[in-house]
Amino acid sequence: MNLSLLIILPLLTILLLAFCRRQSQVRWVSFIGVTVQLVLSLALLTLYWREHAVHGAMRFLFESRQSWFSALNIEYHVGVDGISVAMILLTALVMVGAVLVSWNIGAQVKEFFVLLLLLSAGAYGFFISLDLFTLFFFLEVSVIPKFLLIGIWGSGPKEYAAMKLALMLMAGSALTFVGVLGVYYQAHSFDLVRMFSESAMPLSVQRFFFPFLFAGFGIFSALFPFHTWVPDGHSSAPTAASMFLAGISMKLGGYGCLRVAIALMPDAAREYSPVIVTLATIGIVYGAFATMMQKDLKYINAYSSVSHCGFILLGAGMLTPTALTGAYLQMISHGLMTALFFAAIGSIYDRTHTRLVERLGGLQKIMPFIATVFIIAGLCSLGLPGLSGFVAEMTVFMGSWQRSASGYRLATVLSCASIVVTAVYILRATGQTLMGPVKDPQYNSLTDAKWNERLTGILLVAGILVIGTAPFWLTELINK
Amino acid sequence: MWNGIIVSLRQELILTVILFLLLFIKIAGNEPRSGIILNLINLLLTINLILGFFPGPDAVLFNGMFHTDRLIVLEKNILSLGTLIVSLLAYDWLKTHRQLLEFYMLLLATLTGFFFMISAGNLLMFYLGLELSTIPLTALSGFDLEKRQSSEASMKFIISSAFSSALLLFGISFLYGATGTLGFEGIVRNLDGSAFQLFAFILILSGFAFKVAAVPFHLWTADVYEGSPVPVTAYLSVISKGAVFFVFVQTLYTAFKPLVGDWQKILILLSVLTMLTGNLFALRQNKLKRLLAFSSITQSGFILAGIIGASKAADASVVYFVLIYIFSNLGAFGVVALISAQTGRETIDDYKGLYAHNPLLSWVMAISLFSLAGIPPTAGFFGKFFLLMAGAGKGNYIFITIAALNMVISLYYYLRVIKAIFMDTQPAPIGKLTIPLLPNIAFLLCLTGICVTGVMGWVYDYIYSLSIGF
Repeated sequence: MNLSLLIILPLLTILLLAFCRRQSQVRWVSFIGVTVQLVLSLALLTLYWREHAVHGAMRFLFESRQSWFSALNIEYHVGVDGISVAMILLTALVMVGAVLVSWNIGAQVKEFFVLLLLLSAGAYGFFISLDLFTLFFFLEVSVIPKFLLIGIWGSGPKEYAAMKLALMLMAGSALTFVGVLGVYYQAHSFDLVRMFSESAMPLSVQRFFFPFLFAGFGIFSALFPFHTWVPDGHSSAPTAASMFLAGISMKLGGYGCLRVAIALMPDAAREYSPVIVTLATIGIVYGAFATMMQKDLKYINAYSSVSHCGFILLGAGMLTPTALTGAYLQMISHGLMTALFFAAIGSIYDRTHTRLVERLGGLQKIMPFIATVFIIAGLCSLGLPGLSGFVAEMTVFMGSWQRSASGYRLATVLSCASIVVTAVYILRATGQTLMGPVKDPQYNSLTDAKWNERLTGILLVAGILVIGTAPFWLTELINK
Repeated sequence: MWNGIIVSLRQELILTVILFLLLFIKIAGNEPRSGIILNLINLLLTINLILGFFPGPDAVLFNGMFHTDRLIVLEKNILSLGTLIVSLLAYDWLKTHRQLLEFYMLLLATLTGFFFMISAGNLLMFYLGLELSTIPLTALSGFDLEKRQSSEASMKFIISSAFSSALLLFGISFLYGATGTLGFEGIVRNLDGSAFQLFAFILILSGFAFKVAAVPFHLWTADVYEGSPVPVTAYLSVISKGAVFFVFVQTLYTAFKPLVGDWQKILILLSVLTMLTGNLFALRQNKLKRLLAFSSITQSGFILAGIIGASKAADASVVYFVLIYIFSNLGAFGVVALISAQTGRETIDDYKGLYAHNPLLSWVMAISLFSLAGIPPTAGFFGKFFLLMAGAGKGNYIFITIAALNMVISLYYYLRVIKAIFMDTQPAPIGKLTIPLLPNIAFLLCLTGICVTGVMGWVYDYIYSLSIGF
């Protein structure tokens, strides 16, 4: 399969959008575009299984390379392994949801969908890149569309949030950039596959450049203390952008930390492991307690994202195989769960025009479907067995427990304990918004989810359930 | 013999022919209407650009005073292209200008000067070319005849230019005393790094720093850029700067090669200062022209960072970046020029809500600014990446980190403009503007350049194959 199709397809959709006249055309073209994306990524999954059975020994499949800047040894080099296939599938799923929940967006419809599709092209490109230059290129592609999406279609202090997000992510890119250059001048190439197979760099080089790469990617993934863009950015963004930001964009960072920083510099990763674990634990615990204090539904989910993305970094810092698998699982699980949560919050906000927990109440009677989705997302977030969150967090904790030094044990225990806090805020938010008497009589006239919202909910819930009840295919895919 | 000279000097000769043609139209008395003249001139400039790509052999003329090779020809073509775009963008402003022909005569005189400067193989020739371009440039910056600010800019420009020329001449004469020659090849042979030679070199370097507006020699830029007519500002900040950078790299990499350890240290200092100062001042500007002026100081800092690499890749990256910079900065200046010519509004606040009525102009501005900020997939990303990559080649990672963080700072003020255009509103936004054909062509050229130059790898590969380094 030609992987470049994944990038070409969104761009082609954008080209088609340019010719659309009516708003409904724009919507349908985008919807068909993302559906084809989903079909393509499902096809990729089946093809990957089949190919893998034949060429089991090869780490990357469907590789293709093309010289880009031959003078500098830069190639456009793509290929996938199980992890990237899983991430691509996640992206496609979230994109379908994102387009569907934006069905009723009012102003400047065409621009909105163009930017959204541009984001997806960047994400696919990032996940299939096997060349550091290409990877970095696609990492940065996604910064500006986010800025515009939040700044133009957002709510609340949107300009402030958009600016903060753009600058912090750009700072992350700047750090990553230095790390990438360091790697290049060591290996004289950007080729990741070659670097994986060669022996690791000298320790002094690793020691110097690892922090650049890890912190750079870490900013994308809400590494404490660089997490501050997350709450503002996610809360001010329009629903679709929140879904993409929390679902995919933060995973770019985690993926980069694991696949680039740790994979290329394993010795330095071991040395810095206590620092990473400490920061991740602070992020988890702090995120959880900060969520307790929030009154706005979107802020609740945004801060809980900080906490949940901490598990990815915790797994990355622990470095045991199980913990690393757990980190990948958490990336996918959190991507689905948080997208679902934002979709549900968006649906509520569209109807009630408020996201403040204290003003909501009794919505379960009025909009049962949305309420159910909300509850499922919440339960997944607090790690209920049978849903994907449990599988992922459990794996991270099991992997973490394997590090037996007392500091690591303490970090593991503290992170585990944060789940209790999660349960508190999730159950409280659910109880106050969905149950009890209807706070505002006007709410009685509201309607339940429309077809587009139902479809989004069903798709994402299906993903969560599949991973939660049958996680083995996914762990197998990741560990291949 | 004559054939050889004509072929080698073909780009300069074509410019001179055009110059004389304009002169004859002027002295013939009855001037045709300005629209016709503008179309004619732009046609001539296009022909000049196309003929420039006509291949010719490498040559050394006049006992090493003038030399040309494929890289130099390419650099001249880049400048011709930039001049053409500036001329297209100036359409609105020049249409009503009385001294239209004089404007073009001066403009082409500066370009001829740049051509000779780039081809110089001798410091004397270099100085001649530089002065041939500087003096008409100062006249050009006073070309908004009714505005006092414009003549003030002109005055400031000529005084500071004279000062920098004096520094340069001082350095050149010292160097002559120290090495006994002015030819680049002779200088390389006789440089031994003695204190006296270093002193002479530093004087010459200061002259260069003046011309490219590197801090602490930047003080003239803001006022001159603000006071000059927008097309002239664009020309100053892109073409003039680009030309000086071309020759700067060449002199450093050929004539001053033996002093590489010294100039790398000096340039690191200059580069950091330039980036930081440009950025800090740009942060607070409310006038778009001033903002672009300070941002162009910052960009100079980035180019200096690339020069430090002293490799083949560094030379290629500088030329490549200047090409991209022409497209990006002229795109931005083009929008400012058009809006300023039609409405007279130039502050960021005036641009609030621009997107509502002028989506095309807004996107041109946005894409140009993204390219200036180095955001992919625009060409600016590749330009910056390769510049800093070349700069890191000698292991200056702390320095490159500072440079990369400066990119973040610069993003802030570019995004401020974007925010004003796309997100803010105001009671009296700029109404629907008509874009005449010629500026439209210019915008098309800029956008194509921004989209194509980066992604197409062969552009860089081609420049790399021509460039020099050690």
